[in-house]
Amino acid sequence: MVAVRYETAFKLYPYTPVPAATSGTVARHPVVIIGGGPVGLALALDLGRRGTPALVLDDHDGAGLGSKAICFAKRTLDIATRLGAGASMVDKGVIWNVGKVFHGDGKLFEFNLLPETGHRNPAFINLQQPYFEKFLVDAIRTAQGHGAPIEIRGRNQVTAVTPGKDHAILDIATPDGPYKIKADWVVACDGARSATRDMLGLSFDGRVFEENFLIADVRMKADFPTERWFWFEPPFKDSGQSALLHKQPDDIWRIDFQLGWDIDRDKELDPGRIRARVDAMLSSQTGSVPDYELAWTSIYTFQCRRMESFRHGNVFFAGDSAHQVSPFGARGANSGVQDAENLAWKLDLVLKGLAPEALLDSYASEREYGADENILNSSRATDFMTPKSEISQTFRNAVLDMAARAPFARPFVNSGRLSVPCNYDGFPGFGVDALKGPAVTRPGAPCPDAPVGQDFLLDHLTGDFTLLSIGGVAPAPVTQGEISTRVVHIADPSPDLAARYLGDADRAVYLIRPDQHVVARWAKFDAQAVKDALHASLWGAHA
Amino acid sequence: MNLNLDPNIDDPDGFYQELLAAHEGLDKQQSDALNARLILTLANHIGDRGVLREALEIAK
Repeated sequence: MVAVRYETAFKLYPYTPVPAATSGTVARHPVVIIGGGPVGLALALDLGRRGTPALVLDDHDGAGLGSKAICFAKRTLDIATRLGAGASMVDKGVIWNVGKVFHGDGKLFEFNLLPETGHRNPAFINLQQPYFEKFLVDAIRTAQGHGAPIEIRGRNQVTAVTPGKDHAILDIATPDGPYKIKADWVVACDGARSATRDMLGLSFDGRVFEENFLIADVRMKADFPTERWFWFEPPFKDSGQSALLHKQPDDIWRIDFQLGWDIDRDKELDPGRIRARVDAMLSSQTGSVPDYELAWTSIYTFQCRRMESFRHGNVFFAGDSAHQVSPFGARGANSGVQDAENLAWKLDLVLKGLAPEALLDSYASEREYGADENILNSSRATDFMTPKSEISQTFRNAVLDMAARAPFARPFVNSGRLSVPCNYDGFPGFGVDALKGPAVTRPGAPCPDAPVGQDFLLDHLTGDFTLLSIGGVAPAPVTQGEISTRVVHIADPSPDLAARYLGDADRAVYLIRPDQHVVARWAKFDAQAVKDALHASLWGAHA
Repeated sequence: MNLNLDPNIDDPDGFYQELLAAHEGLDKQQSDALNARLILTLANHIGDRGVLREALEIAK
């Protein structure tokens, strides 16, 4: 039996009987991914495109209903673009730049994300999570057509994980009965309530925030601008301590109300009661209640927590199974996709025998650091939005009170600090900074995009170790062990590329990891220095 | 010198967190007293009576 826990929005990988389940043979797979959400699908796609077989097991047969994650950041879109799924996401998504912050009846200020020019992808799009998953599966189907060894098995529920010395054994339930497989590596991408984590008896500690938020996704034709509107102490009736209005594709609007801690969940989820709240909010903006329907509603509480270690022998945890944040700042799914990208190339190289197994420890240390950064930002936003002591309420209200008339108070107003990728400053495996170059491209940083001819720089960083040479003459590829760098030479950089990668220098050489993070950079090409940096990136990343 | 009302603190979120952390575990009276000591210390650092007078006005 495989229980159905939720409805699906799209049936993406319908169940088909598994031959191994009836033959009784225990097949061995290099990588088994538990959970076909944004993180598991991105990981499978990345591995498969590299030629490493990936098997995804999901206990449902598609993307769960409900918009869930809605804000996808540029870094996520850059990763999806490299994986062949970015364009459909941006085409479908709603691009937004302007946010307005209100306090009661008054507008405090507005901000513009003011995206830099010269990037392929926008700073953010709003897109319902089921679409995000569907576009990843579309890209997986395309990759499979080109021979990528990816398999997704719907309604295959993992019921036991038994880690061993050089592999793990998984027990799997299907509608036709159970079977077993062996996996060299297991990656648990099974969400905040990870069954894998529970099965292994691992803890997930952190801070519980005593707050309930009501989500109402409503479908309506409204001519509100495509902006993020956020209210502290909203003026409309029964709206709670804060409220949010944000547009998604398909004429869906995300509305959030902060309800407080002691609430009656069933009562608050009564459609009549939700409609009364939504009516009050919408009529305060339009003077009348527009026609709308409730597309999806939910009440959520949240915690900020993470596992102590993201690696346990041959089992890895990625995405919400490893770390959980409040939704403010869009740091959940976005950070999970970065986990997938960090792990994919490392698993690929280790399985091909091109890098030491210890490289995989750097997945854990780097992404634990990323999770801490996200938890810090998310906790601060939550503390501002839901003051938990009289004095923090006093300071919060003082900030809101002054924000309209004194610009200095605006940076303190915190309704979420939007997701940006982290810099692995000072981590082992990252090398020298021998260029007096811009800080934004220092070793450890994710490469910012920039125009190159008719396309963009990140289009050229296709997932291998890359030697990026700007100005000067093209260097020869550098080989370390069995890994050779790709060479991307740009003789005549665009102004944006020069500003982001050269600064005052007239030429530069960058060594870039497969996940588009800078390893090291130099003012001029030195084959031995590149070779040393490449070696350190593979063999020294776990020191 | 005029009162600077533009953002002037590096890492405002970090500062805000430190400010609230200083109040953690204090009751109302203790918090008020901490705020008073803090205001006096900062006022002394600013020194300029014109600036302090402007600050009093804007905060009212």
